[in-house]
Formats: sequence, structure tokens, C-alpha cells
Amino acid sequence: MDLENLFTPPFSGELLAKRKKIRRLLLEGGTDFMDKRIAVLGGSTTHDVTGVLELFLLRHGIRCAFYESEYAQYWQDAMFPNPELEAFHPDIIYIHTSNRNVSRWPELADSPEAVEDLLEEEYGKFAAMWDRLAQTYACPIIQNNFEYPYWRLMGNRDASDVHGRVNFVTRLNLRFAEYAQSHKNFYLNDINYLSAAFGLEQWSAPFYWHMYKYALSLPSVPCLAQSVANIIKSLYGKNKKAFALDLDNTLWGGVVGDDGPENLQVGQETSMGQAYSEFQAYLKAHKQLGVILNVVSKNEAENAMAGLRRPDMTLTPDDFIMVKANWEPKSQNLMDIAHTLSLLPESFVFVDDNPAEREIVRQQTPRAAVPEIGEKPEQYIQAIDKMGYFEVTDLSSDDAARTEMYRQNAARSRAETSFADYGEYLRSLEMRAEIRAFEPLYFSRIAQLTNKSNQFNLTTRRFTQAEIEAMAADGKYITLYGKLADKFGDNGVVSVVAGEKTEGRLDIILWLMSCRVLKRDMEFAMMDVLAEQCREQGIDEIRGYYYPTAKNGMVRDFYEKQGFAKISEDETGNTVWRLDISGGYEQKNHVISVNHQ
Amino acid sequence: MNRTEIFEKLTEVFQDVFDDETITIGEATTASDIEDWDSLTHITLLATVEEEFGVKFSMKAVQGLKNVGELADLIAEAL
Repeated sequence: MDLENLFTPPFSGELLAKRKKIRRLLLEGGTDFMDKRIAVLGGSTTHDVTGVLELFLLRHGIRCAFYESEYAQYWQDAMFPNPELEAFHPDIIYIHTSNRNVSRWPELADSPEAVEDLLEEEYGKFAAMWDRLAQTYACPIIQNNFEYPYWRLMGNRDASDVHGRVNFVTRLNLRFAEYAQSHKNFYLNDINYLSAAFGLEQWSAPFYWHMYKYALSLPSVPCLAQSVANIIKSLYGKNKKAFALDLDNTLWGGVVGDDGPENLQVGQETSMGQAYSEFQAYLKAHKQLGVILNVVSKNEAENAMAGLRRPDMTLTPDDFIMVKANWEPKSQNLMDIAHTLSLLPESFVFVDDNPAEREIVRQQTPRAAVPEIGEKPEQYIQAIDKMGYFEVTDLSSDDAARTEMYRQNAARSRAETSFADYGEYLRSLEMRAEIRAFEPLYFSRIAQLTNKSNQFNLTTRRFTQAEIEAMAADGKYITLYGKLADKFGDNGVVSVVAGEKTEGRLDIILWLMSCRVLKRDMEFAMMDVLAEQCREQGIDEIRGYYYPTAKNGMVRDFYEKQGFAKISEDETGNTVWRLDISGGYEQKNHVISVNHQ
Repeated sequence: MNRTEIFEKLTEVFQDVFDDETITIGEATTASDIEDWDSLTHITLLATVEEEFGVKFSMKAVQGLKNVGELADLIAEAL
């Protein structure tokens, strides 16, 4: 079975028909799944929604247990004490409602004020539910907004008149969006857009409602499930982070080495040129999300650069962090870029018009995304956009600055080569760190790091922002965030540590660092501050824990390097380490200035 | 498509949906003959039949279905 094709829109009915078989294949074919618990609270039948959602999540490496409310009991499940749901301990709550769940629509005879009240009432019903869920379960909530009604009493006027259902839905959706803007951990699943893209008539086919109380048609279920799965995988740090882009017939029409840069199709003169330029603008916009752009092209380097320097190119050489134009296999170039930028190959989206190149990259780097973009430049954007590789859940100010950070990293690695001694190089960076207890200003970034960091992460524990806030407020934890700046720029918050105190001992439950500051001695600066705080609080012993995953092999010996002694190891490789500081602690960092202005 | 061919294709659909390659069906097969055939699986089954045969059923026609034979009749009419 071709899984790649199966999970690429437009989706076939196989996802529904062969659900059990596909589930088995995904479970057998995957390793190191992340386990999560998802509560689906439905305002209509959810059976197949949950079933197909499970497949999409497995595809993202997330294995889920599900709670499903009884038919259409979403509101009751949320608003009243619910021992079953409480015992389930959901990691995520998804509320699958539709315009079938609007309790009362405006009547033409209603006064505008009455319609306004109705809107408030309807919105209030949902907002009260979200508030209560957030309070009771302290986990992310995903909520559908509303699809348009499939009939219009007044025709076009339904959109403009306050009594029109189209107008009512539009305004309700805006209220939902405002709630999302002002509440962390609350995410809208935009079925208004999904149903429009799918075709509202097909999405809302009433057959499925009357026969089985499905608020959407079965053929549209995979589209819904993909969207919800994208939000969830984004929350758990499984978004892609970078593009690796081919040049010839991908970013421009023509082959620069054969045709010459002056004859490439790009710019506003021809239809084909316009399509390539629009694609370039689409890619360039991703820099605002912190997605980094790279080139992987089979070309002579000077030819590639000549193409990129054309004055009418929307993307310019400055937009790319790395340009690999040579004759090596593209999979090799992709892995080189990943290595240089301290990213995993699976964080890349590889875009190439040549099916043979796509196939090779798919085989050599099986977890990198390789979209089937087809051969028509006018369809590239949709082919990539529909996959949701970069689904944004939380946008931190760090994201937009990321391209700049990777550029600084590239400058640092150039500087590195000019020093004979690594210590001398580190001192030349003039590093300054700020290492303090979790502060509200950084809660969002801290939570984001716990969900995104996989490699330099000792326990791989994921936390929601609410949990981070709770930990910061609880005296039984020592929490630390670390910011690191140097003469090339500010890296922002790059390390997070938390330990739990028990009778003179500190158990480190969380220790992670962003790979962008590897080999800078930041981990020693963090340990120095942690040890200092422990000593101030009368703690004599620090315990470290390492839980191996498929990705965190680089920190297997972390505690050993920090001077800890191993006290146990189980059959799965989990290790426990101990550092006795009752007799003192020797500072390990000598290159970073900590907590000085 | 003759009745034998319809039944061959239907058998494949049943085997996919119930994830059981040993399932066989006949004219008189009903939901009580197949363990996992509940009301929820029933809709997946109908949606898959629609897709596989390229047909659309009306609510009225689907509501009265008594056994697989009648489903085959419905498909034959719609083709």
C-alpha cells in the first residue's frame, strides 16, 4: 500500500475503507511513537472522525488513546462533573461541533438587538464550556469553528442581513477567533475554510446527517482529520523547520546551465514566469514563521548563483541560509545542510520538480517530507500548502528571528575555523548568559522548547504552558531558563531545566537545550547556577535521569561529563545519576559571563 | 457488471472494511452474520460501496435494506 499517496490530498475513500489495515501497517512500520490521550467531544457522530484522526496521528509518529463522548454529549461532558473523562487525563480535548449544533438561529421578525443577544448567548454557551474545560483539565483545547449553512433563505442577502444564517455564522466565527486570540492553549480548527476548499455541498451532504447524524459527509472526514492532526503534531513539536529547494524548473522555468540566466522564465513578463515568481513569494513568506530556506541543486555553483542574482527574482541569495549547488546526490547535500544547521533531516521539506530526485531523497532520508508537487508550477503552492507542514499553533517572537539566528550560526562556524584552540574561539565569542527561574515573559517559549526539543533532551518530557506556569509558582521546584547572547547576536531562550526537591535532594525532571548552541559550554553554565541554588537551599544531592529515545543519543553521557556518578541502569537503557555537592561544587563554565549586565 | 462480478467486488469491500480476508458473503447475509457489523460500521460500508462502484444511494433506498442481496440489487439498479 502506498502510504505517501494515501496521506496526500485529495484523499481517497481507502482511509475509511481500509482503516484497520492501514492502522496495522502504521503501527508495525513505526518506532519511537509518542503516546498521547485525546478526548473527542462531539456534537454529532464521531466514530469515523476519531478512527481516521488516529491514522493521521500515527503517520506523524503520535500513538493515541481516545475518549469519545456519547452521541452529541459534548456540552454535557464538558460542563458537568465527569469522572470518566477526569480519569482519562486527556492531553488534548477536541470539540467536534458544526452548525448543526447552533441552538437557535435568528428569525426574520427578531429585532437587531434580539439577534445580538442570540449571538452572545450562542457564543457564551461555548465560551463557558472552554473556560470550564481549561480549568478542569489544563490541557490544549481544539475547537471547530462553523461551516456555512448549506441553504440560504434570503440568497445573497443572507451574508449581509443580521438575520441571515450566513451572517450569523460569520459573526460567531469572529467571536470564536477573538477567544482564540486572547486565550493560550486554545486552537481553532477552521472547518469554515476546510469545507469551502473541499466544496460545501459535498462537505454538508445532508444524507449523512439524516442517516447517521454525521455533521459532515464521510468523504470529507479525512480532510477534517488531517487538519486536526496537523494542529496536534504542531503542538508536539513535529512541524517541519526548513525547505530544501531545487532550482531548475522548481524556482524558475528552464535550466540555468543550458539556457543561461537571462533566458530563465521568472518575473512578470510571461504567464509561466509569473507562476514561478508567485511560488517564490510563497516560499519567501515562510521566513516570517522562522522556516529557513536552502537550495539543493544539481548545477555548477556559479550558474546557480547567476540565476539567483537575476534582478527580477523574488527570492535573493540573502534569503537562503545554505546553497548547495554541486553534482553530489541531493540526499547527501540535504544531510550535510541538516548537519551544519544542527537540524534533523526529517525537519526538511524537499521540493523538486523531478520525480526521480524526489524518489531518491525519499529512499535515503525516509522521514524528510517530499511533497508530490507535480510538474506544473501553477500547482506547486497548493500541493505544498495542503500538507500543513508548518501549521502554526504558537507564534513566538523568536520564530521570526530564526533565519537571522541561523545566519549568525553560519558566521560563527566561519569564525571557528580561524582559531587554533576551541577555548580561545569560545572566549572570542564574548558570550553572556541570563539564567534565572521561569518568568512569565518566557512561559510560552519555555513550553514551546519542551515540545520541540528532541536531541539535547534528557527526559523528553512535554509540558503545556499551563503546566509550566504551575511549576513556576510551586515552591517545590527549582526552575531555570537560560538565554545566551554573543557578539554575533542574541539566541534568546535556549535551555530549560527543572528539578523537584525532596528532603535534601533535587531530582532533575527536565533538562534540555536547543541544538543551536551546542558546544558553547551553556550546559555547564546552567549546571553551575543549578548547583549554586541547591547549595543555597540546603540541598546536598542532585539526581539526573536519562531516558533514551530514538533522537537523544547525543546526551547519553551528559551526566558523566557533568561529573555525576551512575547509580543505576535498567534494561531499556534508562540511567540514574548522582552528584554529591555536600562537600562543595567546582564551577565548570569559564567562557560565559552569567547574569551580569 | 453481472451479479457474480458485483458479489466479487462486494466481497472485497467487506473484507477491507471488516479487515478480515476470510469473510464470504451471500444473498442472504445480514448484519447479524458478521460480528463487527454494527450501525457505525454500516455507514463506512455504504460509503465504501458508493465509492468503489461509483454510485450514489438515496436515503429511501438504503433505509429498507434487509440483506446483502438487496444491496446488490441496489447497486445493479444504480450502475
